[in-house]
Amino acid sequence: MEIFHNLAMGFGIAISPMHLVYALIGCLLGTLVGVLPGIGSVATIAMLLPITFNLTPVAALIMLAGIYYGAQYGGSTTSILVNIPGEATSVVTCLDGYQMARQGRAGAALAVAALGSFFAGCVATVLIAVAAPPLAEVALKFGPSEYFSLMVFGLIAATVLAHGSLVKAIAMVVWGLLFGLIGTDVNSGVLRFTFGIPELSDGIGFVIVAMGMFGTTEIIVNLEKKGEREVFTKNVTKLWPTKDDFKRSWGAVLRGTALGSCLGILPGGGALLSSFGAYSLEKKLSKHPERFGKGAIEGVAAPESANNAGAQTSFIPMLTLGIPGNAVMALMIGALMIQGIAPGPQVMNEKPDLFWGLIASMWVGNAMLVVLNLPLIGMWVKLLTVPYRYLFPSILVFMAIGVYSLSNNPFDVLIMGIFGVVGYICAKLECEPAPMVLGFILGPLMEENLRRAMLLSRGDPTVFFTKPISATFMIASVILLVAVALPAIRKKREEVFVEED
Amino acid sequence: MWAIEFYQMGTAVRMGPAYFPAVLGFLQVALGAIILAGSFALEGPPVDTFYFRPLILVTVATIAYGYLMKPAGLIGATAALVYISALGGDEFNWKEVTILFVALILFSVLVFVKGLTLPFPICPDFIENCPIR
Repeated sequence: MEIFHNLAMGFGIAISPMHLVYALIGCLLGTLVGVLPGIGSVATIAMLLPITFNLTPVAALIMLAGIYYGAQYGGSTTSILVNIPGEATSVVTCLDGYQMARQGRAGAALAVAALGSFFAGCVATVLIAVAAPPLAEVALKFGPSEYFSLMVFGLIAATVLAHGSLVKAIAMVVWGLLFGLIGTDVNSGVLRFTFGIPELSDGIGFVIVAMGMFGTTEIIVNLEKKGEREVFTKNVTKLWPTKDDFKRSWGAVLRGTALGSCLGILPGGGALLSSFGAYSLEKKLSKHPERFGKGAIEGVAAPESANNAGAQTSFIPMLTLGIPGNAVMALMIGALMIQGIAPGPQVMNEKPDLFWGLIASMWVGNAMLVVLNLPLIGMWVKLLTVPYRYLFPSILVFMAIGVYSLSNNPFDVLIMGIFGVVGYICAKLECEPAPMVLGFILGPLMEENLRRAMLLSRGDPTVFFTKPISATFMIASVILLVAVALPAIRKKREEVFVEED
Repeated sequence: MWAIEFYQMGTAVRMGPAYFPAVLGFLQVALGAIILAGSFALEGPPVDTFYFRPLILVTVATIAYGYLMKPAGLIGATAALVYISALGGDEFNWKEVTILFVALILFSVLVFVKGLTLPFPICPDFIENCPIR
């Protein structure tokens, strides 16, 4: 079996001492930012991107991936103990997790969250190993028109799955596409949207935009909330869940994992949507839906497994197609590009060590995280007592250093500041930043593929509908758009996100 | 709901290879129009209040950091960022912020300048012989 051979090779790479250290650093950092409310995995990964320049590609990706799924573990801790989501993906865990903590069962909630996440992580790792190679094979046959259609589909799916107004989400995507076009046009060398500013001729760095939109904005939004926290630090004693807890949660873990794995693959999906979806599914399936919100263990087990599964399977489209499904994956693509690797289906064949090493490291990382999160829980709980007024200037310093070090140019920091303001305005107007960031990274790619497709078809736009694969994506996009516009489904979509309030 | 003000810029198209941006520009104007129409037609929740104090102070602090790095060095830039941004928080305590500032300077110098060898000036320009290099 080739897959076992490949996996064995991957494990060989993942357990080399250097990569183990980077996986551990990633998991530690991930748990840290997961536990700390007010700093998310997107901002952290964006912050660390410039630093990965000095690492090998494998080490860089192992570390960044560790941050992403590590944050899924850490986020649950804060949700359960403080009733504040440490990470956006743990919002629904607050509902039942915090209630369990108030009933003195914080230990059981934490253990179920960690074990459920571990199970989901294992399944998702296997899924990536099995599903990615055939997908990449198909993707190798893609021409420009297929790529263009796929990106259209991806962006539309991203807007459908983003919450809030659909029109606003599409508008945000278009903004992102436009921002992505700033700089020199590749084909003609004409400067576009630079307004005579020489620094803009190379375009705006993706890291800078991401840090502004997610990092600075997050800080500003957090500063206006003056919430008091009630931390349950004392009663985290009995960690092991009871037999009854196990019996009630294994089904939820299985369903959460399955749902999370599916949603993670979809563009625009990933961890956030998975956790919301899993919670509503559990509530709907339960014989006693009234227990939800009052400390039902299923309400912790399902979303926590789902967000971890979703976090990991969202690597599939990134690794096989070179198309990011969410903001974190867009950053991963940024990391690959920094290393001089063009993301796409060819990565698997040209850099098998990178691909299989990353997959194997996910399993290793998940195992590390269970250890980090269960026996060492006390350490993370202590961190929660650090007040935010110490944290946010530190976060700002690290972000500013990261951006400044990209090219030692203050202009980059200025752009980050501007995007921080833009992000804040968007947050106030309830426009999601994630679709914009996706559009930003896909903008130049889309234009390039559109041009090539038009060149090959001699300007005939029907090419997108006559080629079978391309047509499938186009039709799927149209169906998605129509479906969302239908009242019944729109109501359902709103229901899924309503748990957040 | 008044997102329109900043959606209208979408038509700023340069000549030459303007095809793709032009299409996007028109799309954006159309979307802006829909949102504007919606904002008049539908009753929605009012736009959340803007809190200008953290917004302005955090933004200014960040930008100051970038532009102070060359003339004032890492120490000056970090000082500006920490003190200005701390003013944006709801509590400001000189002693606490100074402790934080010193800790961050030490960390930045050790990790970024010594550890990752980033080429930052540590001291301000006007100090000729910097004690730490």
